Amino acid sequence: MVIGLAHYLTVAAILFTLGIFGIFLNRKNVIIIMMSIELMLLAVNINLVAFSVFLNDLAGQAFAMFVLTVAAAEAAIGLAILVVYFRNRGSIGVEDINMMKG
Amino acid sequence: MVVAHSELAVAVVFLPLLASVIAGLFGRAISDRGAQLLTCGAMILAAVLSIPLFQEVTAAEGPHIIPLFPWIVAGGVAVEWTLRLDTLSAVMLMTVSIASATIHVYSIGYMAHDKSIPRFMSYLSLFTFFMLALVTANDFVQLFFGWEGVGLMSYLLIGFWYDRPSANAAAIKAFIVNRIGDFGFALGIFATFVLFGALDFDTVFGAAPSAVDKTMNFLGWEVPALTLACILLFIGAMGKSAQLGLHTWLPDAMEGPTPVSALIHAATMVTAGVFMVARLSPMFEYAPTALAVVGVIGGTTAIFAASVGMAQNDIKRVIAYSTCSQLGYMFFAAGVSAYAASIFHLFTHAFFKALLFLAAGSVIHAMGGEQDMRRMGGLWRKIPITGTVMWIGSLSLAGIPFFSGYFSKDTILEAAWASGTAVGRYSFCLGVFAAFMTAFYSWRLLFMTFNGEPRADEETMHHAHESPWVMLIPLFVLAAGAIGAGYLFQGLFVGEERAAFWKHAILVLPEHDSLAAREQISWVIGSLPLVAGVLGIAMATLFYIVDPRLPARFTAQFRALYLFVLNKWYFDELYDWLFVRNAFTLGDGLWKTGDGMLIDGIGPDGIAARTRDLARQASRLQTGYVYHYAFAMLIGVVAFVTWYLVPR
Amino acid sequence: MILQAILFYLFVAVAVASGVMVVTARNPVHSVLFLILAFFNAAGLFVLIGAEFLAMILVIVYVGAVAVLFIFVVMMLDIDFAELAAGMVRYLPIGALVGLVLLAELVLVLGTWVVAPTGSSLMAAPLPAGGVSLSNTRALGDILYTRYIFPFQVAGLILLVAMIGAIVLTLRQRADVRRQSIAAQLARGRTVEVVKVRVGSGAGD
Repeated sequence: MVIGLAHYLTVAAILFTLGIFGIFLNRKNVIIIMMSIELMLLAVNINLVAFSVFLNDLAGQAFAMFVLTVAAAEAAIGLAILVVYFRNRGSIGVEDINMMKG
Repeated sequence: MVVAHSELAVAVVFLPLLASVIAGLFGRAISDRGAQLLTCGAMILAAVLSIPLFQEVTAAEGPHIIPLFPWIVAGGVAVEWTLRLDTLSAVMLMTVSIASATIHVYSIGYMAHDKSIPRFMSYLSLFTFFMLALVTANDFVQLFFGWEGVGLMSYLLIGFWYDRPSANAAAIKAFIVNRIGDFGFALGIFATFVLFGALDFDTVFGAAPSAVDKTMNFLGWEVPALTLACILLFIGAMGKSAQLGLHTWLPDAMEGPTPVSALIHAATMVTAGVFMVARLSPMFEYAPTALAVVGVIGGTTAIFAASVGMAQNDIKRVIAYSTCSQLGYMFFAAGVSAYAASIFHLFTHAFFKALLFLAAGSVIHAMGGEQDMRRMGGLWRKIPITGTVMWIGSLSLAGIPFFSGYFSKDTILEAAWASGTAVGRYSFCLGVFAAFMTAFYSWRLLFMTFNGEPRADEETMHHAHESPWVMLIPLFVLAAGAIGAGYLFQGLFVGEERAAFWKHAILVLPEHDSLAAREQISWVIGSLPLVAGVLGIAMATLFYIVDPRLPARFTAQFRALYLFVLNKWYFDELYDWLFVRNAFTLGDGLWKTGDGMLIDGIGPDGIAARTRDLARQASRLQTGYVYHYAFAMLIGVVAFVTWYLVPR
Repeated sequence: MILQAILFYLFVAVAVASGVMVVTARNPVHSVLFLILAFFNAAGLFVLIGAEFLAMILVIVYVGAVAVLFIFVVMMLDIDFAELAAGMVRYLPIGALVGLVLLAELVLVLGTWVVAPTGSSLMAAPLPAGGVSLSNTRALGDILYTRYIFPFQVAGLILLVAMIGAIVLTLRQRADVRRQSIAAQLARGRTVEVVKVRVGSGAGD
């Protein structure tokens, strides 16, 4: 069968949902959260590229590149914060991060 | 002539106000001495000016209305500030200003060691202004203004020493009981307005004869309108003049300084009720039922107060009940249409009652604050002048011939008998019995205070001294009035010249003219009051000079009667049980439950508590876990997507 | 065609499976490795669809840089193996429900996608019509340095800021490490100095 736009979009949707699950279903550590965010960004990229190809509009792919850039930058900063946090608190277990409890 | 009238009148009425305002607002700036001099000076000037004013007004024909400025213009009511000058108001102006002036001067000495002298002098002058505004009123509204004003000043002056709880309580009691009377008064004014459509005296008096047969719907019954209005107005007089039923505040009002008792509760404020009935005589004359009510209550008050006065031990209370009793006399005189006699007695009573109060103040001053007669005695040697003037005042009060009280009191009693009505005869009998009691308690007071062995301790007796001249001179002035005022003025007030004197200030219908009828009564009846007075003096001599053990044996024998009289016929207890307790329960209930639980609970407190609860619930969302927040965001996203997905 | 379909489903299956394993793996290093696998498969999808430049970039940047960074951090922090906590099970039903609802909605929306008739005129960077065949790289380069030069530069700045930020955040001065102080060295006044030094003690700072 012809693999059309809908298929790619469905894939992206599934990956996106998996990323979301990863954020709030994990009880282990914060790195999993960061990886889930990467998954979500990947899903978005798939979306962008799929649209770009099927609509013959190159702007989608250009934008996907920028998303890639930003994702990299954000991962770097996020991990830096994590490292500092680990230095100060000694643990990156998700359940230990509740200092903002109201 | 007209010009001099207006300026004199305005000066007499407004000088006290001016002095009061200056002393009150700038008391600290002008110092105690300054306040005293200013207020006394203004008051003496007003008193001096009131005499030529009196002469002019009584010589002139008809009432002289001086408009000042407009006050209320609303719908059918147009009220102006005016001064009405006729014989009645001129007499009152003179009485009030002379009494007030002497008492101002006396206060310089009596209150010399007080810490709020300017405030006191200012209050006295302000009171005088209100009283003068009351007596010169040309319409019901200004009358009510003065009425309320004197009530307010009475409250302020009774509670002058406001750090005493008993003074505060007495002031509140006076004000509240007065309020009840004032409520009746206000209803009376409303009834008058409904009946006549106007509030100024001339209109109302002119229309009174034609309103005799009108009826009004009162609480479902059809009652004669004029009678209703007059009775309601008289309820106001009952409150202000401490007649039976609304009298409970007068003895407690003795908590105020003695000059206050002299001025307000002897000479002026309590007489406002009598003045009102006399002023409204054109209305009352056409409501005989109301007059009968006035007479009955007046007579009953006279005997009630005299009986209670016999048993009191506080020197000021005895004189207070004496005032109450004499006011009863004035009212039952009005009840038999002898308004002139009523005002005459008011006039003489102002002198000798103020004299008695101020002399009592002298005694208290000499005894260093002691007021209980059981701890006095043997003061003749120490304060003979005070003793003498007190004898003069008592002789006048008891109606001993030649003193002023004799002329006015006997006239009242003769008129009461001569009226021929049941009310009149009833009042006469009670009045004569009360005269006996009056003489008895007056001499009981004199003997207990001045005669016998001193019952106070050495220290107090050693310090007992005559008052300074600034306190004695007013006593002399008042004593002169107590001796001479009756003889000098009796022709004008109640004698042959009375018609020419009063002119239209007082209306007496010919069929009610008891003053004229008293020519016809026999000399036996006419001498009964004197006999009663002498008997009273004799009895007091017996009980307190001849055999001082008699009072104790008497009270032991008639213990129940004695207690009944000593406790003022248990009126206070009755009122407490009937009204006060229930009012307090209602107030407490409304306060704690109504306001506290219901309104506060549902309103501010309730809302605050619910807000706190809601906030506490909401804060449980802030768990501090990031993934909880992420979950919340996800739910939000899903909600949005669903919202836009569902076709509307 | 059929090959395309088979490859597509293969890539998708592996990618989804890797995604699940990223979240549920016990060993965090395994999680990262599964993430890398997911990236690779996504790159494969990109190649299938004709965006080969992006696919390679994905591999180079994401896998080569980001994922490696993840491994660095995971190993540096020395994270323990973690059991699946009991809390996860409690939230699983409601979370799964919400996620599935979201998935269903996304599929609903995206699956019924239609292009508006006026959409063709809204394209930002349409491919040149006609038979000119450009490689993906060439096509991207054409628009990237001309049309999208500003976002390009900004992206560079973002990377600069991220780099500085990461360094500033994690830099720490150790107290017991001796460092050069250039300023002190340059401010040295006399070049030669003879100092009597006791045997055994150092020359001082």
